[in-house]
Amino acid sequence: MLVSILHRVTGNGLAFAGLGLLLWWLGALASGAAAYDSFAGWVWADLSSLNWGEEPVSSLVKLVLKIVVIGISWSFFTHMASGIRHFVLDIGAGFELGVNRLGSIIAPILGVLLTAAFWALLLLR
Amino acid sequence: MGNGTSIGRVRGLGSAKGGSHHWLLQRFTAIGNLLLVLWLLASILMLPNLAYATVVEWLSAPIPATAMILLVISTFWHARMGVQVMIEDYVHEHANKFASIAALNLAAFAGAAFGVFCVVRLALGAN
Repeated sequence: MLVSILHRVTGNGLAFAGLGLLLWWLGALASGAAAYDSFAGWVWADLSSLNWGEEPVSSLVKLVLKIVVIGISWSFFTHMASGIRHFVLDIGAGFELGVNRLGSIIAPILGVLLTAAFWALLLLR
Repeated sequence: MGNGTSIGRVRGLGSAKGGSHHWLLQRFTAIGNLLLVLWLLASILMLPNLAYATVVEWLSAPIPATAMILLVISTFWHARMGVQVMIEDYVHEHANKFASIAALNLAAFAGAAFGVFCVVRLALGAN
């Protein structure tokens, strides 16, 4: 049940927030260097440069956007893991109680692990 | 068609007819998303940095531009079908359901068109 709810929540999250971010990114790229720098400054701000005293609202938005970006990546990997589980079930496999239960436990854990691995590779390179 | 019990109203109507097409396309676009988004994430990891010049140089080349256009089409198509299922599950009133799905279709096609246009603009050197 949890894996089904997660599949729907992450899928719709990706449809709105994920595709919104994708279009913002592509639109900024197509609009030139200044627009791209503005995009990067909003979605992946340098947290140490935030001016909380004079710009509390934009600082908060930048912090939230960072969490949203990480959340979108988690949504993708979780949706991917439960989606692959759907493919297995679609071909008629994995309906035995034990196997089915194991898959429903592995899918969300795999989503978290892949998210952590992606950000580790990106930030520690 | 009867107008009494629930079963009486649907008995003899047969299947919904159009469902398998939606179901299959959801799977086809899912396979496309799996390959294309993993390609995008791997590309992001392999770029030396994510500065404007680096990303534009990468995305302007023929193969990344083609893959990105396919990614936009596949993800928007898949999202349109997935959000439609959610609307059908939670919006029961006919007029609201029609309006929601109409708005969804407008947004999905507009979003995909914008995404494809941005990549084409970059790839054809307008930067």
